[in-house]
Amino acid sequence: MGQRKLISGNHAIAEAAIRAGCRFFAGYPITPSSEIAERLAELLPQYDGIFIQMEDEIASMGAIIGASLTGKKALTATSGPGFSLKQENLGFAIMGEIPVVIVNVQRGGPSTGLPTFPGQQDLMQVRWGRHGDQEIIALVPDSIQESYEFTIKAFNLAEQYRTPVILLTDEVISQMKEQIEIPDDVEIIDREFPSVPPEEYYPFDGSKGLVPPLAPYGEGYRYHITGLAHDKTGFPSSNPKVVREQLERKLNKIRKNRDEIVDVEEFLLEDAEYAIFALGSMARVAKQVTLDLREEGIPIGLLRPLTLWPFCDKELINYAKKLKHIFVVEMNFGQIVGEVERYAGKYTKVDWYGRADGRLIPPREIKDFIKERIHEN
Amino acid sequence: MKTELAKKYLRLEKLPTLWCSGCGHGLILSSLLRALYLLNIEKDKVAMVSGIGCSGRTPGYVDVHTLHTTHGRAIPFATGIKLMKPEFYVLAVMGDGDCAAIGGNHFIHAARRNIDITAIVYNNGIYGMTGGQVSPTTPYGAYASTAPYGQLEEPFDIVELALGAGATFVARSSIDEIPKLDRLIADGIKHKGFSVIDVITICPITFGRRNKLGEDPMMNLRWVQDITVPMKKAKDMSKEELKGKWITGIFRDEDKPNLIDLYLELNKKLKHSMVDESSKEGVEDVRRQDET
Repeated sequence: MGQRKLISGNHAIAEAAIRAGCRFFAGYPITPSSEIAERLAELLPQYDGIFIQMEDEIASMGAIIGASLTGKKALTATSGPGFSLKQENLGFAIMGEIPVVIVNVQRGGPSTGLPTFPGQQDLMQVRWGRHGDQEIIALVPDSIQESYEFTIKAFNLAEQYRTPVILLTDEVISQMKEQIEIPDDVEIIDREFPSVPPEEYYPFDGSKGLVPPLAPYGEGYRYHITGLAHDKTGFPSSNPKVVREQLERKLNKIRKNRDEIVDVEEFLLEDAEYAIFALGSMARVAKQVTLDLREEGIPIGLLRPLTLWPFCDKELINYAKKLKHIFVVEMNFGQIVGEVERYAGKYTKVDWYGRADGRLIPPREIKDFIKERIHEN
Repeated sequence: MKTELAKKYLRLEKLPTLWCSGCGHGLILSSLLRALYLLNIEKDKVAMVSGIGCSGRTPGYVDVHTLHTTHGRAIPFATGIKLMKPEFYVLAVMGDGDCAAIGGNHFIHAARRNIDITAIVYNNGIYGMTGGQVSPTTPYGAYASTAPYGQLEEPFDIVELALGAGATFVARSSIDEIPKLDRLIADGIKHKGFSVIDVITICPITFGRRNKLGEDPMMNLRWVQDITVPMKKAKDMSKEELKGKWITGIFRDEDKPNLIDLYLELNKKLKHSMVDESSKEGVEDVRRQDET
């Protein structure tokens, strides 16, 4: 059994990053994520790694991309307003297919919003905040244990699919302390090294698979990466066929592997007629609501996406076909409910409850809402 | 030397460049290649990073590790590379808009932290690729597509900016003194710390045409001769005489601890004193050592 430790969400992320092999962090102070940077400022130099506080969020994102190209794992952490600024170079990392991990500790928004209170208002910013078509992977922990585990998973997915991965927490999950168990063994995935000699290497060659290997700098593979549309060699191209094929491959490497990536928690759903759909810290509240309502004899369960993106459409549809009613609960004014309606709406009723005022929605309110709706129907 | 150099450092299959005829960028690229050649630098140890604009296309022609990033962000990407590959020669190639407008913050902070990157600024005083809009170095009164009545703002002096921010090697040159530019770039690359080479160049198509210089590169080059003054000569000139002129030469060449060396030293210290991997003790030990 692994070592037990009382630790905050932000510190768990920092320590898990080291465990995952992360050796570079660039960041900019922002509440409520700064403890990740602070912890890594202590830890990284002890592991021959580099910590740097950059001049802004944009620079932090650029620096981790540069660091990743040298073959090392790199991380940055921020919160909503900082994530907005990172979008530019995040788009570059998607286009250049460069593995990096970005933590977004959500707080209340829009704009400066509520720096010291939680929110779930970046769900769509994470998905669509950049210009252009793209797929993104985003993981949502609901505990400190998961913050630790998902950080490692985020690095693994980034390396495996050669893509940026977002770890999406919130102020509650990141600032709270819980006892966790540090696993003795963890699976660590490192990016694939090219199997061909430099003269035959093309950084965006999809002929042997959807994820071409990314050669680290300094190993004899000298190639070009640009944010411009490019061909398999990495050099700019505006040939429509080439542009389309490259973009489709970048989308498909996530879409076609979605079964490998997407994960959900199915809580008391086996015999359920009703279900709550909630994620992150709201899912913890929803879990309590589920248990309370069960005690009152209501056959309800909880479907919790562990991967926010790609969306758990198949899993949701599977349950939607059996359920009478799905209740979406989120700490915003209606974001993920749109996706739930899109996939489950055809098969069952979808209702929504939420708000964004910096406070977790208490179980009582959610219970009342659900009971009222069940009663109405 | 010419063909040898071209074969060694150029991606010949990517030529000709996309730069317009008469553009000064090719001259800077060739200077840069000669500097690498003079220093006999191994290609596998060079990363060339650029931002957006005409200058941003430079790395594509050079057979090293090349990265064409977002507008103004060459330095942050270069910083990540340099920190993880201290043995690399990292070059950041930027335009004047890239360096002093959208990337201004990165530029001054790289200078302040004295990170060992060589910044080469292709300073033509205009946004060429987007069609000739004013840049932060457009001369006062000059015409541009977004200054149809003449530029009302004063230009940034990139050299002064770099000096003020703490860069440890700062020089200015122009495409009118190529042999000197070769040496300056080589000096900048050799220098341990943040080095800046501000290169005054021309854009006949979007600047020259609007400013009575026409598309003739020679007319534009004469304008460069007219607005640049060697440091030696400038010493005997009055403030009035120097108005609107760019002084060329080496402004600073100073030995100072650079970020990479300081970091490597710290890592070494911590390695020796690390006690418990998950505790702060290692850090505390170093602090104690420093105090005593």
